[in-house]
Amino acid sequence: MKTALTAWDKVQISRNVQRPRTLDYVRILCDDFFEFHGDRRFADDAAIVAGVGRIMGRSVMIVGHQKGRDTRENMKRNFGMPKPDGYRKALRLFHHAEKFSLPVICLIDTPGADPSMESESRGQGNAIAENILVMAQLRTPLVSFVIGEGGSGGALAIGVTDRIFMLEHSIYSVAAPEASAAILWRDSSKAADAAKTMRITAQDLHEMGIVDAIVPEPEGGAHLDPENTVRKVGDLIMNSIEELSAIPTQTLLDQRYQKYRVIGAFDTLTTNQHGNGEPLVFP
Amino acid sequence: MKELFRRAPKAFTPGEQTPDQQTPDNMWVKCPSCGELTYVKQLRDNLKVCRCGHHMRLGAVEWTGLFDSDSFIEHDGNITPLDPLNFVSPKDNYAQKLRESQHNTGLYDAMIGGEASLMGQPLQVTITEFEFIGGSMGSVFGEKIARAAERAYELRVPLLTINASGGARMHEGVISLMQLPKVNLALARLGSVGMPHIAVMTDPCYGGVLASYASVADIIIAEPGARIGFAGRRVIEQTIRQKLPANFQSAEFLLEHGMIDMIVPRNEMRLTIARLLRLYTTRDTSAAPIAADV
Ligand SMILES: [Zn+2]
Repeated sequence: MKTALTAWDKVQISRNVQRPRTLDYVRILCDDFFEFHGDRRFADDAAIVAGVGRIMGRSVMIVGHQKGRDTRENMKRNFGMPKPDGYRKALRLFHHAEKFSLPVICLIDTPGADPSMESESRGQGNAIAENILVMAQLRTPLVSFVIGEGGSGGALAIGVTDRIFMLEHSIYSVAAPEASAAILWRDSSKAADAAKTMRITAQDLHEMGIVDAIVPEPEGGAHLDPENTVRKVGDLIMNSIEELSAIPTQTLLDQRYQKYRVIGAFDTLTTNQHGNGEPLVFP
Repeated sequence: MKELFRRAPKAFTPGEQTPDQQTPDNMWVKCPSCGELTYVKQLRDNLKVCRCGHHMRLGAVEWTGLFDSDSFIEHDGNITPLDPLNFVSPKDNYAQKLRESQHNTGLYDAMIGGEASLMGQPLQVTITEFEFIGGSMGSVFGEKIARAAERAYELRVPLLTINASGGARMHEGVISLMQLPKVNLALARLGSVGMPHIAVMTDPCYGGVLASYASVADIIIAEPGARIGFAGRRVIEQTIRQKLPANFQSAEFLLEHGMIDMIVPRNEMRLTIARLLRLYTTRDTSAAPIAADV
């Protein structure tokens, strides 16, 4: 029997240092794998790992955020917060996957995109936007799985896919709970309140129709039985790749368009708005 | 919740501004940059650009003056936000915030969309209203850009977006985040028929707007001094624990770093966009030149 976990409990589980990360998935699921490095523009960002491997007899492109397990590794991987170079590495390999007809598996696990002067200088917004635009029209099946934290645009930059899945105790949010609390109430210590109010759990997203399916975790979280959790995730991913690969490309793209096109909560009235102010006279 | 918003429109019938909302023409306005006082009337005649060159922010309706007179026709003016998360917190109540913003701006949400012509050339447009919860991008915002892009695609005309936004609408949670792909999917479709998206970035353009449509526009124009970035200045300063240089994330900084195509002062915006449109929509050389004094 499972005790009911709060949203904030789930945030903690999603961040557990022993929770399986992208490279654990690669190790457990792949019969063969080569990590590819670099964006061919500037750098190799270790916050994103990517490469080609073989799962259940099928060649696939795997792109995922990678957090560290200790301070040294977290410094190297920037706590799983990619810089533009990481997103541009992903972008390069999305094109690569399209060229060689490889289905793409995206494993999402980031608190968000790196906020720093160097990331801004190299166009963090542009890097994320470009990935979203390219994934929107990539002519190969795409599947994303939120295995830990789905933090804002930093997650979405590898998350525009034909299927979106989440682990039971993973989260997906417009901004990390701490950032949400800071933006909304100028008080990052209210993160637990933000986690609840913002509806960021896998169950919330499934209810909103954004996530296609949830994979259950062992009681207490995936870190208590990584092997089995990863295999269950792998099964669902490969089943949906099987299913998506049978769909003609144009149909796949049309369905992807519709998948996102219908997301939104609004009402249609019989009266129009009438904004205040007068048009200026431009020369 | 739906009923709440169905009743809301009565608060803003056209032309029925309450007297305290009408600004008398003899009022002074203080420039936030140089501190100098200017008459409202004089400032409006100068497109709200101070003598010091500071570009003050324009409202969505004010921007519609950019187009040929009476050519702007609003579309989707009847779609209104809902409160999908039932967002209530001790300090913040989304439904109430929406009502207040609707009352203050006369708009249902932070975006107007429609069709217009610019020196005779047809286009689809969207314009943000920053006074409405910081021009934040929620469901209505995303829906209006997607529809404008879809109309532009059907009609084979360019899309112009005029932007000032603090980022995603927090109160609609991950639904706001999912407006980013929704908008970019529609823009990708527009691009597939060879019609350009021109983005004008005014002060400020942050977060979701930058991480979706604005920074991948075919042509990116910024106003002088506009602040543009993905992460907010405060967030970065807190992360790196030091002060950022003054010009960081300014339009001039972005131009220098290769992130935008050009910086155009407001009084040259109309002619600049018209000239650009002509280059993309009539690609032969026989079309008559556009006179600078139109
Ligand atoms: Zn001034």
